[in-house]
Amino acid sequence: MHVLSIRRPRSPRKVLLGGAGLLGFLLIWQLVPTLGLVNSQYLPYVTDVLVRLVEEFRDLAFWRRLGLTMTSWGIGLSVATAAAVALGAVVGLVPFLRRATHTMVEFLRPIPSVALIPLAVLMFGIQMRAALVIIIYASFWQVFVQMIYGVADVDAVARDTARSFDLTRRERLWYLVLPTALPYLMTGVRLAAAVALILAITAEMVIGNPGLGQMIELSRSAGDATGLYAFVVVTGLLGLGVNLVFRYIERRSLSWHQSVRGEQVQ
Amino acid sequence: MSTRTVAVTARTVPGTGRARRRRGVGRRVVGGFLYSLGLPFLLLVLWGVLSTSSTNRFFPGPVAIAESFIDTWVGAAFVEDVLPSLYRLALGILASIVLGVAAGTLIGLFGWLRELLEPLLEFFRAIPPPVLIPVVMLLLGITDTMKVVVIVSGALWPVLLNTIDGVRAIDSVMSETAESFQVTWWERLWFLVLPSASPRIMAGVRQSLSVALILMVISEMFASSAGLGYRIAYFQRNYLIAEMWSGILLLGLVGVLLAVTFGVVERRVLRWYHGIREVNRA
Repeated sequence: MHVLSIRRPRSPRKVLLGGAGLLGFLLIWQLVPTLGLVNSQYLPYVTDVLVRLVEEFRDLAFWRRLGLTMTSWGIGLSVATAAAVALGAVVGLVPFLRRATHTMVEFLRPIPSVALIPLAVLMFGIQMRAALVIIIYASFWQVFVQMIYGVADVDAVARDTARSFDLTRRERLWYLVLPTALPYLMTGVRLAAAVALILAITAEMVIGNPGLGQMIELSRSAGDATGLYAFVVVTGLLGLGVNLVFRYIERRSLSWHQSVRGEQVQ
Repeated sequence: MSTRTVAVTARTVPGTGRARRRRGVGRRVVGGFLYSLGLPFLLLVLWGVLSTSSTNRFFPGPVAIAESFIDTWVGAAFVEDVLPSLYRLALGILASIVLGVAAGTLIGLFGWLRELLEPLLEFFRAIPPPVLIPVVMLLLGITDTMKVVVIVSGALWPVLLNTIDGVRAIDSVMSETAESFQVTWWERLWFLVLPSASPRIMAGVRQSLSVALILMVISEMFASSAGLGYRIAYFQRNYLIAEMWSGILLLGLVGVLLAVTFGVVERRVLRWYHGIREVNRA
């Protein structure tokens, strides 16, 4: 659905209204502490937060921390995706494995990954590796489940056709299974990217390995409300960026697929 | 769009198109039982064997974990730590659903409101929910209300955005029919808008559940002297390894329980919808 709204050329009315909404929100934020509804110690002026943001953007230490967060995000997401694609394809293609692992998956998947934080800390201490355990566990399931459904979703007619034309196993994988599974895979990776970012920052907040999340926790314990809000805004922008990039990748890599083509025609 | 279609296809995939030979019912039940419990049982045995032979103290055996599970959670701790956590979780989830559906319906029905709020909502949805914990702590202090507000502040967005999409995507023939029959505003809301948005709404609720559980745990790890999340962090800091594992196990059980409850509710609410899809496919 959101893909639709991005795809269409933005009408000036839409941009105008959207901008007005954003401005209105900033105005209300500025007014609430000004009018004394909430003490500015707890909700700092929006102008202060913006000034702080600019200061941080000019600080090299800030970019280094951002780099650390994005590094653990990138490593975690890649490892999880690679493992999930391989395992998901095998489990999804072999009916015996699919039946045998079903209960296991249904039990392991809903375990909140943050429950594993204490375990990760015990095993690896306050390091990026502890954060990686959490990130990989959480984002693995997103891709894995999509992959299982994806490779099992091959159209029956297409499969029978491939069989009667005597396609080899490799050809069937390449021309039949992969195109069927790709949309599922891309959805899984997009979801996993968002989850991995959430967990990367959460792990830094709770575990305390250096990064943006650690800065949030530090400014909270130091009573630096302006810094806290500034970092929260940064994480929001980061999340927005990740979402947009992965939606773009998804659309580009599936430009041949019905779901994307159909939306363009409308 | 994609998440929902995937979820629905998934439910119908096993068993379709595979001609199963008729065998005895009893044998099939036993077979299914073996399939569903075989692997977990094997893994448990493997874990047990490995933990007795290895010296790694971070991985106690399943028997030790089961024992400490009973010692830790059955009894007073259940009333003091588990029930309050679950109560806050339920309150947070309910509040997110009510708020999300109400606000989402309103925003979805008025085009100008949606365009006004869209960039803002996109931004708020993109904020990693746990980041809001320090902010809510700052604004509300460390109270029970704060923990519920934290859960709502994260779990609200999936419901809200999915409701907006669902309300937007109402079949135009149906809404024009409703108009020409002069159906009142309330009736339209109740018999047309909410039912046709409900598959999307349920997809949103499914996402919120996991966010809510995560936020419950972290908010307690952060700022609490009781509760499930606090207990687990406490066990870890004091090197009570088996107890910590039993806490992880309990959180897993809560997660499974939530997923199962949701499955039952969804099947009831969307019975008509799954029926239609089934007919379309045949």
